[in-house]
Amino acid sequence: MPAARVATSVRPDPVRARERTLLLLATPALLVIGVLFVWPLLRLLSMSVADGTLVQFEKAALDVLYVTVLWESIEIGLIVTVICLLLAYPVAMWLVQTSRFGFILGMFFLLLPFWTSVLVRTYAWMVLLGRSGVINRALRDLGWIDAPLPLLHNRLGVLIGIVHVMLPYMVIPIYAALLRIDPDLRRAAEGLGAPAWRAFARITLPLSLPGVFAGCALVFVITLGFFITPALLGGGRVMMISMLIEQQVREFLDWNFAAALATVLLVVTLAVYAMLGRLTGGAGHAGR
Amino acid sequence: MPAARRRQPGKFALGVVAGLVFAFLMLPLLVVFPISVSSASYLQFPPPGFSWQWYVRFLEDVTWVESAIRSFKVALLCTALSMALGVPLSFALVRSRLRGMRLADRLVAAPIIVPNIIISIAIYSLFSKLQLIGVWYGIAIAHTILALPFVVILVSAGLRTFDEAQEQAAMGLGATWGVAVWRITLPQLRPSLIAAAFLAFVTSFDELVIAMFLSGASMTLPKKMFDNIMLEIDPTIAAVSVMQIVLACICLGAAALFGRGVVPGTPR
Repeated sequence: MPAARVATSVRPDPVRARERTLLLLATPALLVIGVLFVWPLLRLLSMSVADGTLVQFEKAALDVLYVTVLWESIEIGLIVTVICLLLAYPVAMWLVQTSRFGFILGMFFLLLPFWTSVLVRTYAWMVLLGRSGVINRALRDLGWIDAPLPLLHNRLGVLIGIVHVMLPYMVIPIYAALLRIDPDLRRAAEGLGAPAWRAFARITLPLSLPGVFAGCALVFVITLGFFITPALLGGGRVMMISMLIEQQVREFLDWNFAAALATVLLVVTLAVYAMLGRLTGGAGHAGR
Repeated sequence: MPAARRRQPGKFALGVVAGLVFAFLMLPLLVVFPISVSSASYLQFPPPGFSWQWYVRFLEDVTWVESAIRSFKVALLCTALSMALGVPLSFALVRSRLRGMRLADRLVAAPIIVPNIIISIAIYSLFSKLQLIGVWYGIAIAHTILALPFVVILVSAGLRTFDEAQEQAAMGLGATWGVAVWRITLPQLRPSLIAAAFLAFVTSFDELVIAMFLSGASMTLPKKMFDNIMLEIDPTIAAVSVMQIVLACICLGAAALFGRGVVPGTPR
């Protein structure tokens, strides 16, 4: 920050005054974050050990239902991450090399769903995937199927819905990473005789990995906490850990147990994010 | 010449895959349009005829209209709060060299990855103590936590490209720092501020999980939609969906045209 250095040389002891002003500017927001985010979160987490024992965690770990649900959430998170990666990488590559018009159009297709409510999109998938939904009806009218395909109220429906929500989260970091690669590197490789696939495998792919890891971290972690989409598209047959937490609070009013489940979810979330964040070299972090 | 030709099929395949993915992304947004103007009383595709009945039904139902107005109020207050808090915070995060600011930076971004259900029940538990359940501004205050990270990310990005020497120049000419920021810095940050405000608005307007816990009997639009979807799927929801998609279009369009940072990077 060269500007800061200028300030140091021009004014007497301006650094401290400056830091004090900046701290003052940050204070209201940090207070609000403290009161509305950190404090309620700590309060919730402390409820899990309110009885002074780890009995709530024991309950979560020993009950087959809860372990199954946690495992199912992780499985769904992994499948969604892989599908998103496979779909997002070609899209990101296309966005980097397309014309200006193609880029604007592509970004519109990518960002409009991102700006549209998850609820609206989930509802639309119900309309599309249902037993007498648009897709089944079309397939039947075409004579391709006799009985409707089970697309909704099962894991397939949930996966489709979540992938649709998470795709932009994967495309954007990969696109940003690809954009940073000097195109001359690939041109040099090809000039030296490397076929296109090898130039991709040896140059483009490795250099884009920070973006890939950042996207995977975001997609996996956010998927793990999904609630609306599995609740509506799963039709009660797919249970994810967020739904379990909601059920404990709303139906059973078992705050201590809900807090234990929330703690488990939070720890898994932060652990995975920190692990993958290390691989990205900070690229996944929004701020810097 | 051979190299160029060899790359063509690859490029073509890339275009096809991208096209299919874009079709997948747009399909659910497009499908609600014909259904919302269907003359059938149940979901039928293709619709047998054209009718505005579902829009009329939305406008004539007081609970729908009230929930829409409530959502607007909540989103506007949330936008105002997150801008009022987020813009000054961005200045501090970008410019301060205090060691604590790195931690603050991470803390602000945390609500993006902390599952919504956890934030929701944590705030729900606190707000039921404070008797803030069922009041619209309670929801707006809670939404501020979710909108703040987006405001800070967009405004910080804009601030980082701003040359601070301009402020120094204004101050050298006798302006106070506040005046310099107001007259020099903020006007140049306007694109980032516009984008941030629209994103904050949309974030709050669409939010469901927190609203589910905090709204009580006074529902926001997403909560009302969710309840209706659970009960029965009639095309009124398609009509509401279309209106929400159009609103998202307007917000995204305005943020992309007058804002900065919404569309990540431009090639070349």
